[in-house]
Amino acid sequence: MVDPVLASRLQFALTTIVHIIFPVMSMGLAPFLIYFTWKEIRTKQPVYEQLRRFWTRIFAVSFVVGTVTGLVLEFEFGTNFAAFSTTAGELFGGPLALEGMMAFMLEATFLGIFVFGRDRVSDRLYFLSSIAVGLGTWLSAVWILIANSWMQTPRGFEIVVENGQRIVKLTDPLAAYLNPRFPYMFIHMQNAAVESVALFMAGVAAYYVFRHHVWGYPIEHIEVWEKTLKIALVVLLITAPLQVIQGDAYARHVYETQPLKFAAMEAVWETDSYVPEYIVAFPTDVNDLLNPRTKDLFGIGIPGGASWLASGGNPQATIRGLESFSTKAPPVAIVFWAFRIMVALGFWFILLAVWGAYRWWRGELFEDDLLHKALMASSLLGFVAVEVGWIVTEVGRQPWVIQGVMKTSASVSPNLTGAEATFTLFGFVTGYILLLGLYTYVVGRIIRAGPPSKDELTQSDAAHVRESKVTSGD
Amino acid sequence: MTNVGALATKPLFGLPLAELWFALLFFIFGMFLFLDGFDFGVGVLFATRDDDHEKEQLLATVGPFWDGNEVWLVVFGGALFAAFPSVYANLFSRYYLLMFAILAALGLRGLAPEMYEEREDDHWRTLWGYSFIIGSTVTPFLLGLFVMNWLVGATGLITPVGVLGGVTVLVLTIVDGAAFLGLKTRGALRDEMRNYGTRAAVSYLGIAIITLGAIYATEPGLRSSFRSPTVVALVMLTATLTGIYVVALRRRRYYAAFAATATLVFGLVGLVATLLFPFVDRTAGLTVREAIISTLPLNLMSIMASVLLPIVLGYFVVLYSAFSGPVDTEETYG
Repeated sequence: MVDPVLASRLQFALTTIVHIIFPVMSMGLAPFLIYFTWKEIRTKQPVYEQLRRFWTRIFAVSFVVGTVTGLVLEFEFGTNFAAFSTTAGELFGGPLALEGMMAFMLEATFLGIFVFGRDRVSDRLYFLSSIAVGLGTWLSAVWILIANSWMQTPRGFEIVVENGQRIVKLTDPLAAYLNPRFPYMFIHMQNAAVESVALFMAGVAAYYVFRHHVWGYPIEHIEVWEKTLKIALVVLLITAPLQVIQGDAYARHVYETQPLKFAAMEAVWETDSYVPEYIVAFPTDVNDLLNPRTKDLFGIGIPGGASWLASGGNPQATIRGLESFSTKAPPVAIVFWAFRIMVALGFWFILLAVWGAYRWWRGELFEDDLLHKALMASSLLGFVAVEVGWIVTEVGRQPWVIQGVMKTSASVSPNLTGAEATFTLFGFVTGYILLLGLYTYVVGRIIRAGPPSKDELTQSDAAHVRESKVTSGD
Repeated sequence: MTNVGALATKPLFGLPLAELWFALLFFIFGMFLFLDGFDFGVGVLFATRDDDHEKEQLLATVGPFWDGNEVWLVVFGGALFAAFPSVYANLFSRYYLLMFAILAALGLRGLAPEMYEEREDDHWRTLWGYSFIIGSTVTPFLLGLFVMNWLVGATGLITPVGVLGGVTVLVLTIVDGAAFLGLKTRGALRDEMRNYGTRAAVSYLGIAIITLGAIYATEPGLRSSFRSPTVVALVMLTATLTGIYVVALRRRRYYAAFAATATLVFGLVGLVATLLFPFVDRTAGLTVREAIISTLPLNLMSIMASVLLPIVLGYFVVLYSAFSGPVDTEETYG
């Protein structure tokens, strides 16, 4: 039997780790779908219709799985974190309700038109639907990140005691909802979503381009994949540097507002100046290898690097150490390594973008097999970067569920039993593994089936779906 | 905008906002039960089909709609959280395992139609066909059970009245689904759906009366509410509308039958709300006024909801008019 607090935390962690994949897919694909739809209507070139139809199928599957997993997430605040919901509901519930009313409704209703309605509605309404769907996905992120960023840098409230319970009362809505963390988080998240999907597209396209140009496979509609690769590279060239530049500003903001998290990110135990930026660090004692709070580190670092980054240019800047906080620190090793993986991936994506751009400029984009292999291998790494990024954000703020206001351990439903929590935790592990497997399988099939051929474009979308299934070999 | 000072102390236009949010919450739940209700009903009626083409047709009728319909449940959860956070917390943690059963069933039902269309082989389709039927049957049953537990303030998960409530909601979704299929199908399929609808409506009236009797017999605390004119009126309305539904179906007036279902759903939801009021969480002894959030966020939420909900209803008008009329047999779920 797992302790209800631990079981609830694990369950919530698992739910968010799995769920985030699907909104990232939707938010990242949305601008591409709007672009394809616009080009399809304006230019009447079949390649854009092929692109639109192909990526819409992946969008639709992601949306369904995202709905299923997201509903669980919304309800888990009540089922597992009732104490948090009662305490913070007045401030936290509003954004969730508004996400549903303002964003999710827009996305879900117009997705019906976008997926099924190409032959039923006018070009204008169809294009508007693509915008509505995209706007819906992005507005969802606005409200969810307003709620989350408030937990990181809570503002605009006071605490009162009602019936023996501490309740968060909203006093200044603008300060609360447009809290200092929100813009950093929103830009970082949205750019990450587009970057991740661009990498995914580039990886899928590289696979077909590689098989055709390097291995000489005959590939139907190769021009679709060449176009995909080019579009994905352009987007990557914009988003990858932006992500690192903006991420640097974000990290400085964390240093100023959440010093505990920053100390964990850099594994700084004692308050010090001229703190090195460790590239890697390991415990000197092998027995401590699995201890997330291990201290005696062997590290390779840049002298003064962490101080320099935190202060925006001063290698002598002081960083407050983990030992100076009265609360027990977060699991340092997890935060430290998650942060390093994210940053390393960020730089790798820039390198990929520059490499691809250089080959393109030289007219060798479709010949460099090493580039194609690198793109294929990196197709899911954007999602990995998003996951570890969220781990830095969420594990890094422990032990607080609301920074400085409420601890995670105090937020779990008081009447929840270990048996109930353990039962649903195991149910989740099983269910979510099955769900992820199913999603991977279905998306894999869609990719293998490829876009509709030009002959099929005159048929309805639905007929195309049937057709592509037949040709994909069942 | 007026200054925050006035918004923080006085309810907007002096309206009884706590009561309005209680009503709004049940309206949102009613929208969910009516709209997703026909999806559930179609899922249950899917069990009566052997022919592959007819199965495809049934799936195609709900294809463009069900995502949007289900969002009403998300909005219900969000609105409950926003307006009555303590109730959201109490209710969902009290019926913990029931909540997860609902989520699992809903998940199965959401995945099933999408997965069904991904492959054509029999084995795969049989599997997801059953998932669709099971998800569509279990979800409304558990929702009925949940709402009934909420209404009577049950402390356990499964109570006799709860089970009756579950069956009531399940049968109502079949009534709803049959009327919807009357609008979306043609020919022999439609005639058969007419017959299922008629039988479901008669059963609904019977089971609803039995459920009400069971509540009256087992919940002395609710007895006085039964004499309220609203409750009497809603029961009579339900009986009348069941009659109208049956007659409308017999005469092939499908729009009238579908409109009658909507009223039946809102009648049932209204009945639950009336019986629950003034409490919003009977087990915890919380009335609507005790559980509502403070004035400032309540005013803000009210302004937002009064702007957003009409817009949302507008989206549904656009969606439903884009896909009005019977399903094209060439058009299937994709």
